[in-house]
Amino acid sequence: MPDATLADRAIVMRQARLHARISRRRAVSMLAWVLCGAALAALCLSIVWIIGLVLVRGIAALRPSLFTTVTQGTGGGLLNAIEGTCVLAFGTLLLVIPFGISAGIYAAEFRSSVWARVIRFLSDVLVGLPSIVLGYFGYVTMVEGLGWKFSVAAASITLAIICLPYVARTTEVALGEVPQSLREAAYAMGAGAGTVTLRISMRLAMPAVVTGVLLALAISVGETAPLLYTAGWSNYTWNGHLTGSPIGYLTYVIWAFINEPFAAAHALAYAAALLVTGMVLLISVASRMILLRAQRRM
Amino acid sequence: MTGARRAPGFGIGMNFRRLMAILGGSVPVSAVAIVLFLAVYAWPAIRFNGFGFIASNSWNLGSLYAEPVSQGGAMILPGAQYGILFLIVGTLLSTAIAMLIAVPVGVGAAVFLAEALPGRARLWLSFLVEMLAAVPSVVFGLWGYAVLIPLLGHYIFPLMTGLLGWIPWFGEPAGSGYGLLTAGLVLSLMIVPLIAATLRDAITAQPMYMREAAAALGATRFETIWKVILPGLRPVLIGAGILATGRALGETMAVLMVSGNALNVLPHSIYAPISTMAAFIASQLDSALQDPTGMATRALAEVALVLCLIAVLVNVLARLILARATAATSQQRA
Repeated sequence: MPDATLADRAIVMRQARLHARISRRRAVSMLAWVLCGAALAALCLSIVWIIGLVLVRGIAALRPSLFTTVTQGTGGGLLNAIEGTCVLAFGTLLLVIPFGISAGIYAAEFRSSVWARVIRFLSDVLVGLPSIVLGYFGYVTMVEGLGWKFSVAAASITLAIICLPYVARTTEVALGEVPQSLREAAYAMGAGAGTVTLRISMRLAMPAVVTGVLLALAISVGETAPLLYTAGWSNYTWNGHLTGSPIGYLTYVIWAFINEPFAAAHALAYAAALLVTGMVLLISVASRMILLRAQRRM
Repeated sequence: MTGARRAPGFGIGMNFRRLMAILGGSVPVSAVAIVLFLAVYAWPAIRFNGFGFIASNSWNLGSLYAEPVSQGGAMILPGAQYGILFLIVGTLLSTAIAMLIAVPVGVGAAVFLAEALPGRARLWLSFLVEMLAAVPSVVFGLWGYAVLIPLLGHYIFPLMTGLLGWIPWFGEPAGSGYGLLTAGLVLSLMIVPLIAATLRDAITAQPMYMREAAAALGATRFETIWKVILPGLRPVLIGAGILATGRALGETMAVLMVSGNALNVLPHSIYAPISTMAAFIASQLDSALQDPTGMATRALAEVALVLCLIAVLVNVLARLILARATAATSQQRA
């Protein structure tokens, strides 16, 4: 029966084509997985490479005298820079905590008001502004305009403006996740907006708000560009003046000293890189742990 | 807050609101002040430079030891000219290269993290990728300077000119390692975590039934991701991508350390030295301060202003696209 064989042959061929198509699709999928894995592997390799470089050369450059002596020319220690970074970070937090959290509170608790919308929109604009632009703004207005020269005040205020939108945004998002029924219950008990926000909503939002503040801390430790023309550089420890005298900081050492032709300068740059990277990574691990603990408690 | 108005804490409530409004006003006030002060400060330079500022390659402070002359109503040094076309081109090209590398790598890494790895490995590798985002930009610059540039300049770029030399922009000379491609590579590393982390979270958050439906139709796991999950996440990818673009446009230190800081020339190959607006502001203030007429620092403020405008434009664009994409998706769902 020729008809049957013809039909058989058609079925066989169709199945063969189907199998070929399936195995081609499997092969394509496999290849795509390999490419995706390679992308992730390249990323992980880079991070291990970068952190490895900083660790190996940084640890080799560590000496106790780094923490007790100031920089002299392109040698000496890092005491002035370590102290300067701490002073600037402290000043930044001092400014950004009240202003940033207030902005977040207003944007979240009075969210439908016009001013809240203005805060939210311009916070998004501010977060997109390059940090060097803010540094130049600080130079034009404070260093030159107000005659503060390179100073702690000019540098801290510039850093605080950079951090503002981050703190405001994390606070706003954290408050947005507090259930509305809690607020209503508190209002029903006769509490005012201040009591409700500070004693009910903020208490629940606190872990996330703290991560926002930690992010600000990491930014103020790790930034360089906005400080170049607001903080300047100083070989001496801080003299306690807010304006009029420059201050050293760690990230400057990395940038300026790696370009020097001396081994001692390179050692200082790598030691500074180790300290900065260590601090920033520690901060990000801490903020992650705070979030994890908060999630577990809920 | 009508509830608060009737409550006994009325006075405190209103004062609290006003206090938050005033303190929170620091955000809009700073944003407006930055643009306003830079614009006012740069105004004499804007008037003096005109359109040539963004259309010519002629950044020249003039002769620093000569008497300032009056030209076009402004006091300048003789021969002073300010044109930053090469900076605009350098900024846009390095960002474009960074995005060309970062988007596919970020998508691939996100898909692998979200779908291919078991729980514990996923947690640790996600953490590793997020660590990359925390590394300060000057440390990226340090790595680029100490590791990447010798490696690229001595081995990879000469190899690339040999293999890919027939493609325009990829041919000789291979250069020193400082340049456009190096800057793009370092920038891409800095922005890839943002894309990867955002997309990974979005993939993980997609409902299980979509995967089940695709699997029931006979799709392989990768086809499920590629044809079912990822198309729905296009707005997320566009949003993260444009935010990453904004960051790459304004990145300063890493670019300053690896770009070769070219002056007044346009790149003619992918290995050629460039400079970007952000890096230029950081590197030029010291010499601009030598200009007794102050026109150089005002011209630098104009650079900052142009960079500012591009950054705001990119940002607003991202939000518009995101809003439209989200509206379209919710319409589809409905």
